[in-house]
Amino acid sequence: MAAKKKTTAAKAKAAKKTTTRKTAPRAAKKVSQKKVPFKLDSGIPAGAMDEKWDKHRFNLKLVNPANKRKYEVIVVGSGLAGASAAATLAELGYNVKCFCYQDSPRRAHSIAAQGGINAAKNYQNDGDSVYRLFYDTVKGGDYRSREANVYRLAQVSVDIIDQCAAQGVPFAREYGGLLANRSFGGAQVSRTFYARGQTGQQLLLGAYSSLNRQIGLGKVKMYPRTEMLDVVLVEGHAKGIVVRDMVTGKISNHSAHAVVLATGGYGNVFFLSTNAMGCNVTAAYRAYKRGAAFANPCFTQIHPTCIPVSGEHQSKLTLMSESLRNDGRVWVPKDKKIAAKIRSGELNPKDIADKDRDYFLERKYPSFGNLVPRDVASRNAKEVCDEGRGVVPSGLGVYLDFADAIKRMGENTVRERYGNLFDMYEKITGSNAYKNPMTIYPAVHYTMGGLWVDYNLMSNLPGLFAIGEANFSDHGANRLGASALMQGLADGYFVLPYTIGQYLANVGIDDRPNQDDPAFSAVQQEVETRINNLLSINGDRTPTSFHRELGKIIWDNCGMSRNKKGLEEAIQIIPKLRKEFWQNLSVPGENASLNQSLEHAGRVADFLEFGELMCRDALQREESCGGHFREEHQTPEGEAKRNDAKFSFVGAWEYQGENKTPKLHKETLAYEEVKMTQRSYK
Amino acid sequence: MSGEAMNLTLRVWRQDDAEDAGRFETYNAPDISPDMSFLEMLDVVNEGIIADGGEPIAFDSDCREGICGTCSMVINGVAHGGQQGTTACQLHMRHFRDGDTITIEPWRATAFPVHRDLIVDRTSFERIQQAGGFISVRTGSVPDANATPVPKEDSDLAMDAAQCIGCGACVAACKNASAMLFVAAKVSHLSLMPQGQPERERRALAMVQQMDEEGFGNCTVTGSCEAVCPKEISLDFIARMNREYGRAILKSGCN
Ligand SMILES: Cc1cc2nc3c(=O)[nH]c(=O)nc-3n(C[C@H](O)[C@H](O)[C@H](O)COP(=O)(O)OP(=O)(O)OC[C@H]3O[C@@H](n4cnc5c(N)ncnc54)[C@H](O)[C@@H]3O)c2cc1C
Ligand code: FES
Repeated sequence: MAAKKKTTAAKAKAAKKTTTRKTAPRAAKKVSQKKVPFKLDSGIPAGAMDEKWDKHRFNLKLVNPANKRKYEVIVVGSGLAGASAAATLAELGYNVKCFCYQDSPRRAHSIAAQGGINAAKNYQNDGDSVYRLFYDTVKGGDYRSREANVYRLAQVSVDIIDQCAAQGVPFAREYGGLLANRSFGGAQVSRTFYARGQTGQQLLLGAYSSLNRQIGLGKVKMYPRTEMLDVVLVEGHAKGIVVRDMVTGKISNHSAHAVVLATGGYGNVFFLSTNAMGCNVTAAYRAYKRGAAFANPCFTQIHPTCIPVSGEHQSKLTLMSESLRNDGRVWVPKDKKIAAKIRSGELNPKDIADKDRDYFLERKYPSFGNLVPRDVASRNAKEVCDEGRGVVPSGLGVYLDFADAIKRMGENTVRERYGNLFDMYEKITGSNAYKNPMTIYPAVHYTMGGLWVDYNLMSNLPGLFAIGEANFSDHGANRLGASALMQGLADGYFVLPYTIGQYLANVGIDDRPNQDDPAFSAVQQEVETRINNLLSINGDRTPTSFHRELGKIIWDNCGMSRNKKGLEEAIQIIPKLRKEFWQNLSVPGENASLNQSLEHAGRVADFLEFGELMCRDALQREESCGGHFREEHQTPEGEAKRNDAKFSFVGAWEYQGENKTPKLHKETLAYEEVKMTQRSYK
Repeated sequence: MSGEAMNLTLRVWRQDDAEDAGRFETYNAPDISPDMSFLEMLDVVNEGIIADGGEPIAFDSDCREGICGTCSMVINGVAHGGQQGTTACQLHMRHFRDGDTITIEPWRATAFPVHRDLIVDRTSFERIQQAGGFISVRTGSVPDANATPVPKEDSDLAMDAAQCIGCGACVAACKNASAMLFVAAKVSHLSLMPQGQPERERRALAMVQQMDEEGFGNCTVTGSCEAVCPKEISLDFIARMNREYGRAILKSGCN
């Protein structure tokens, strides 16, 4: 099938060869110690909520179109946030270098998102609006997010769907050819767009196709299988990164006018989570160690419907869509002796009479029942298992039972609604959920905390931007279902490409250091030393064994519910584990080859420091809000109790040096539009 | 759920890098729980290899839930191990028996050179998509999503094709190492959507040309690709793509 005609591909290739990436290099300087003083200024524009973004966009400096090609921007990450940003920046004319650790940008963790993406299109005419999405998100975040950012998110949500549809994303449609919606995560309107159970995949393939177009045109240079290991600052500004080629082990550096981190969330600090195996905190944490503030690290989300752990060998957890709770009933036996018999296999769930079952969500929350929010459902499952009423061999699992649903609407209807999920469940567990109740348990799913950013999505380090799950900005203490995809694409397509112009126009074309700048070689040397250190310990324990132990400490003490004693203990134990890591780690092989143990060791080293920061943040936050539940702060009914008078702030941590206690800074949150209320699902 | 632990023997392809000739090595995999996934079994074996002072078996994986397309290995001669619609990462050990010997190899194709052990270089797939696997739209300059209705049947069929996870099992399974199923899925997805019409011919020509340049073999419609595809992408899309390609050639008036 060889077509002889010179095609677009060949032309694009020829074009690529002639694209030059020359930028006037700045004269080499000494490594500058000059630091930009630590300051948190959210930079929220003045004016009415619904006019802020428009006015701000107008006030932002523009980069002259002819000059854009003289700017170089580094984007680390190729998930929804990174791919959309890299493609859009390139379309605008900037030269972009994009990095990811997978072998293809299309494999970023965003690919795994199932349920859908929210947008205030009001296509269903059911009363949705930008204002309602804004309101729901602020309330859902338990009043710990920035109003102005969330409002903008709701505003641009509508453009995202247009953009994705134009890229050919095969969204679910109605017979009339218009887009279909579903309601998600307890929202009272149908504003979630989806593509079967593979929404993340299809949205990412859309962004990836735009990225590919720019790669073909020579505007984006893609570096797959390349891991960023540090940020380079020159006079306090982020001007580049140091990376490792994961195939050859070669360490190199890249300079640019600005650096964008779109490196995703840090859920894998728990070892077991629904995140992909490679998800890590390294990029964000390295930035933190160079002076970027880390905001609200203790805000993590636990998803109630995951498949329980089956044994020590478990490497990751699988999410089962939240939609299952629409028809499945959650229960455990009332009596823990019965539960013990189920665990040992003496009793079968079907042998348990209705009167001996405790449908605990329906019992405690009569009006929301099985549909209470994620954090409430998760905490209650933990509680009954802690009482000894869990139903899987490990004791950590509850039933999600479809027997009544099958009786009520027939097996076929259940199959139509959830067939693919039941199949997936059977693949993993070997159990048929039409015949036996599913077993589920909560698992870490998403991290609301992240690098602190201002309204322009720039960190407190000038020139360093953070987008997508890597920043902290929009979800407060709890993220609503289908809102992470929305935020990643909002940041990447519609916010960062504008706001970065302000920084670039201010610094000017010449503000890109030469790679010979001693700042680069200094950081590169640090990275090399660290790798050599990891390789030369020659101890007895693998990176996995340390990671698993850390994960257990974090899960037990900084997981679904937290208390002072546990957190203080964790803050004591983690440094000990870290010490052992640096004395007793075993990493076989060498740097100059594909070495997966070495990759993992580097990530675990960062988690071992970051985990402690998380616990410190959870300890200082003497209240319960969203995903952060402090046992000392609950209502008499066991519900989360916020303390708005004292904790209505973003906790942003500043690094103070090796083994020194980091410093907490507070960005006060003010609520002008949304009235703060206590959540109730009774 | 749980059953008896198994003792298995693994014959695994080890290769230091692209230049190395490579060889099979044999490992014991004792005490394997039927509840483990195949990759978790390899994790356990790797922990043992490290403890014995060896270098672990390198293999690719990320999501471990069958959607990212990273995992890639031929298990007992079959790409992804032969459970219908299942990636290697979703394959569970309960499908094996105590005492089994399991042979594990990388994808083998000229266009997928081996990086190390079971890890191959699939950037040839990337270049095919960079050549034309997109609709040329700029951010922000698009019509309202509902301004272009798409018949549900078309959208559903496009989705059947778009589900491809780009793992490369189709290439690994094909005796000619052809990438037709992959390229067909991509071309079909976009050509079924109204938004994909303006570039329909250009896209088909560019992607096919790049596929040929990458050294993938010809398609002789044996169907082994469809049999191993973890997303069960239908062979019909290859027929569709042949029509697309023929149409494009006719329209462009040359060959
Ligand atoms: C199972 C699951 C289901 C979900 N379902 C939904 C849903 O239905 N709706 C919803 O809204 N949200 C959902 N989420 C959340 C959502 O998918 C993520 O929050 C979102 O996709 C994150 O996108 P991102 O672009 O910020 O990061 P990611 O997609 O995680 O991408 C991170 C990128 O950074 C790169 N990277 C990371 N570290 C480095 C490094 N050191 N060097 C180089 N590159 C690096 C990676 O290679 C990758 O390209 C789900 C999450 C999970 C786990
Ligand atoms: S690891 Fe993602 S598909 Fe197997």
